[in-house]
Amino acid sequence: MVTLKIDGHQVSVPEGTTILDAAKLVSIKIPTLCYLKEVNEIAACRICVVEVEGLDRLVPACTAKVHEGMVVHTCTDRVKRTRRINLRLILSQHNSNCPLCIRNGNCTLQDLARDNNLIYNPYPKNVPNSPWSTSNYIIRDESKCVKCMRCIQVCDKIQGMNIWDVVGTGSRTTVGVSLNRTLAESDCALCGQCVTHCPVGALRGRDDIQRVYAALKDPEITTIVQVAPAVRSAWAENLGLTREQSTTGRMVSALRRLGFDYIFDTNFSADLTIMEEGSEFIERFTHKADYAWPMFTSCCPGWVRFLKSQYPAFTGNLSTAKSPQQMFGAVAKSYFAEKMGLDPHKICVISVMPCTAKKSECAQPNQNDACGDPDVDYVITTRELERMLRGDNVDPTTLPESEFDSPLGTGTGAAVVFGATGGVMDAALRSAYYLVTGSNPDPDAFRQVRGMDGWKEASFTIPGAGEVKVAVVSGLGNTRRLMEAIDKGWVEYDFVEVMACPGGCAGGGGQPIHDGQELAEDRSDILWDLDHNAAIRFSHENPEVQTLYADFLGKPLGHTAHHLLHTDHTAWEMPKNPRLK
Amino acid sequence: MSRLLIRTPSQAQAVVDNLYGNMERRIAASPPGLCPVDMALNFLNLCHAQSCGKCTPCRIGLGQLSILLRQVLDGEATMTTLDVIRDTAKAIVDSTDCAIGTNAARLVLDGLEGFKDDYISHIRDKHCLGSLQNPVPCVALCPAGVDIPGYIALIAAGRLDDAVKLIRKDNPWPIACAYICEHPCEARCRRTMMDAPMNIRGLKKYAVDNAGFVPNPPCAEKTGKKVAVVGGGPGGLSAAYYLTLMGHDVTVFERHKKLGGMLRYGIPAYRFPREKIDEEIANILSVGITAHTGVDIGKDIPFDELMAKYDALYIAIGAQTDKKTGMPGEDSGNVMSAVEMLGKIGDDEMPDFAGKNVVVIGGGNVAMDVCRSSVRLGAKKVSCVYRRRQVDMTALPEEVEGALAEGVELLTLQAPVRIEADASGNAVALWTQPQVIGPMDNAYRPRPMKADQSETRIEADLIVLAIGQGVETHGFEQMGIEVSHGSITTHADSRLPSGDGIFAGGDCVTGPATAIRAIAAGKVAAANIDEYLGFHHEITTDVEVPKPAFNNRPPHGRVNLQEREAGERKHDFSCIECEMSHQEAQIESTRCLRCDYFGYGNFKGGRNEKW
Repeated sequence: MVTLKIDGHQVSVPEGTTILDAAKLVSIKIPTLCYLKEVNEIAACRICVVEVEGLDRLVPACTAKVHEGMVVHTCTDRVKRTRRINLRLILSQHNSNCPLCIRNGNCTLQDLARDNNLIYNPYPKNVPNSPWSTSNYIIRDESKCVKCMRCIQVCDKIQGMNIWDVVGTGSRTTVGVSLNRTLAESDCALCGQCVTHCPVGALRGRDDIQRVYAALKDPEITTIVQVAPAVRSAWAENLGLTREQSTTGRMVSALRRLGFDYIFDTNFSADLTIMEEGSEFIERFTHKADYAWPMFTSCCPGWVRFLKSQYPAFTGNLSTAKSPQQMFGAVAKSYFAEKMGLDPHKICVISVMPCTAKKSECAQPNQNDACGDPDVDYVITTRELERMLRGDNVDPTTLPESEFDSPLGTGTGAAVVFGATGGVMDAALRSAYYLVTGSNPDPDAFRQVRGMDGWKEASFTIPGAGEVKVAVVSGLGNTRRLMEAIDKGWVEYDFVEVMACPGGCAGGGGQPIHDGQELAEDRSDILWDLDHNAAIRFSHENPEVQTLYADFLGKPLGHTAHHLLHTDHTAWEMPKNPRLK
Repeated sequence: MSRLLIRTPSQAQAVVDNLYGNMERRIAASPPGLCPVDMALNFLNLCHAQSCGKCTPCRIGLGQLSILLRQVLDGEATMTTLDVIRDTAKAIVDSTDCAIGTNAARLVLDGLEGFKDDYISHIRDKHCLGSLQNPVPCVALCPAGVDIPGYIALIAAGRLDDAVKLIRKDNPWPIACAYICEHPCEARCRRTMMDAPMNIRGLKKYAVDNAGFVPNPPCAEKTGKKVAVVGGGPGGLSAAYYLTLMGHDVTVFERHKKLGGMLRYGIPAYRFPREKIDEEIANILSVGITAHTGVDIGKDIPFDELMAKYDALYIAIGAQTDKKTGMPGEDSGNVMSAVEMLGKIGDDEMPDFAGKNVVVIGGGNVAMDVCRSSVRLGAKKVSCVYRRRQVDMTALPEEVEGALAEGVELLTLQAPVRIEADASGNAVALWTQPQVIGPMDNAYRPRPMKADQSETRIEADLIVLAIGQGVETHGFEQMGIEVSHGSITTHADSRLPSGDGIFAGGDCVTGPATAIRAIAAGKVAAANIDEYLGFHHEITTDVEVPKPAFNNRPPHGRVNLQEREAGERKHDFSCIECEMSHQEAQIESTRCLRCDYFGYGNFKGGRNEKW
């Protein structure tokens, strides 16, 4: 342990602790901007500078380690003056038209300017800009970038994709797509982790709200909204609701206020996915020689993009089952349209997703199996939902709870955990067990696949089928490690679940942003609680899914199911990793 | 009324002079990889500030050029802008009155040609071609990419054995490089911005002199693959060392009696003591390399036989032949080449120069080695004949100074024209044509021109030619191996274009260069031979580098290694350099600014932990 004094307060901390962390223990919050624990510790912004007795120059609290007898001052005139000047320098190159910024009210730079009482800037404004296509799913606004380099670091260190890189030198140093590519030309998985880790409004997902409003106001169009499992764990985080208030029922009521004709649940199609993917797994597992192993889940579009771009030879290992989002769209524009006597061309399917990659998934050219139109028309993220609710003056706090509509609004506990890492595997195993043995396992029998470890392994015996070796990974950096191990033959699995975002969709790139906090685990806990308390915890017991098969689809993997619910992953092109020959 | 005043510099001028010195050092320490157009713009602005302002083209033109260059950098220019820049710069060169304007505009013109692609990239793609590839200047400039801040930190922490281990991860010759490396790593050392570059080689020498025995890492599991290395110099043995660590079975074939290549047969013992090279080679071999000396591949063992017996081949035969001047009398007796003379010394066959007038032709490091060895062999007088000036010599300045201190005479601006021999055919004198220094050549080196003076006769009992070496390519050429400009042709990964599984590197590919470049080539070859054999072994180390502390680092003088006094050292072949003391090593190692961490290092990673 090391004892030091910070602003007169004595504190003892383990050796290797930073001044920043030590200060927290004595309730001193040293402001930071570029710092992101364990990901971006590069002391670039120089906002966190403090004075250390005996040192001539100020030191950055985020990286400077404490030592015995150190005397630190975090709030001297010199520190405050330097901090304010550095902030003003950053602001001189920042397009601080805050009212017109997507991060207005949720911006670290804005907070710092406010907290440091900056009411004018002596430096002339010199805001750089560079063109960026607004049709991209991820949009970068050079005029807002503070060069904290977090996007580069998150993409490199957590996701291992190296899409962003430093461009230029000297005063023109900035961030751009690596290897002189455009984003569209790159092998970006579109996970959106760069967006959720940007402290300002320099990175954002494409905004599709106006497209949704256009559909809502069109009297000819029937609007159907589906809500992904993970959305319900986060939708009201920035709306001032307590966790207790932020129920699924209140979310449904809020969506109803926005004017959607039908409020449905992606949980329904998550159960459907389990029926198809679970059956597919059993089919493959009982005809092992006919297939390449392991089988991979296919519900995460970031992961599918990753596999197709980084390990294209493994594309055939993906389950052919569509993602729950796409299954939903295909069923809505076929079964539901037929049942309700609606022209599927006059139906607009809108998804609320915790995800930026879902926007690209619905636009894949072959996701149009129901009627020829795209099965899902628009995807909005959890953040866009929040903005729509604000825009339409919906105050969910006081709204009563209500139920999803029928028949595509019923989901089981097995479906809601799709939003957490391990959830798809857990749900699939529950139903695969049933499909083979004819009886249900303990719904918590597969809990080994749950939890926040980036790479989990387990092995389960299904009587009659044998031992099933499974792995669950989340985060593309972990995924690359797993794929290397599979490729090299170091590990062997039968079934692998992959989620591109760390912690799964709960930590998705479309979720609300809380700078410096990683909320995937807290949100996942909500989802696992929902599962635990659900009346039905097996996908194959979803009554509306059973009706769908009985009335329309026939049986899992049957002809209609194959046409509507499965996809050819090779039917669209994905730019390859430039390192691949 | 006073008519004249004594001029004393003002306080402001003194400070400005200081700033000039500071800027000179700063430019010297410019990190590799910066945008050349940006640098050109900023140099131009500096030039513009130097303008007296009298002439239109300089006063206004340089400013307009600056605006145009800025447009290029800001992505606001078109290809026509380049024409305007070119025409304007030419007009300034053509019409301004003095060098301030002319030279500034010429700088712009040179850049337009020299980094045209960067200009075009800024205009067409709105970005720069270059980028900072490696955040640490010394590591970036070390051909082998040795973790220099890492081992300096270990030296500062007193962990000399770990320092040696860390160096060996990228370079199995820490002792050799401690004694003789030309230390390109020091050229852009960021410390130069404050005072002077780190004495990197000196610190390495302190580490190897004091570390004691440092074991090698264990070898990987045997792969069963066999690799032959032709040439037992620094490059060949480097490849052999890493390939052996990777688990391959390596055999080295060396034509000379002993291993070491030019480290033994080119560099005199007073720079690199024999016991040190023997110690280093013994360590390298100890990982399990088989070496056959006195074997001439192509003569003793046919090349084809080697190809048949081994899974891969590395050719690292160096540049061992001597170049000729072609002047009359060159074939006389008492005329020898540097390679021949230093080669004999390498085999401990000391020629007797006692009482002789030795004339050495050449101005490079090898010429200095010959001169200083001749002094030690008892020569009465040693004269170094060079056709340009002393400042133009390619030898390191400290080598020239060392030679002078030991009594070597420099006869500069003397172009050798012929050798005069006596009746028995032995050289007795060198005739030279005096020169005057002339205009700059393309490499900005002045060319000598014939002076209006008659030829000079320099009496000589022995003449040594030290004008460069070539590669013994003849045998390989006959084998169908591609040779161009006297060197073996290879890809950047050291593969030969012709032969499957044949790699080459070092002096035989680049022409005569430095030990560290040969070592780097050996490292590159080892990695690619490993891949070629179907493996992906990684070379790494378990040494952990201490994290830097936030310290005050005030400007401080650089610790230079001292040399034994000239009058004493010139009588023997013992090492001329003194050891760095513990106190000096402490001072010098803590001068390091730790660019592996501070600045770009903690962002883009200041360390390659494996290769």
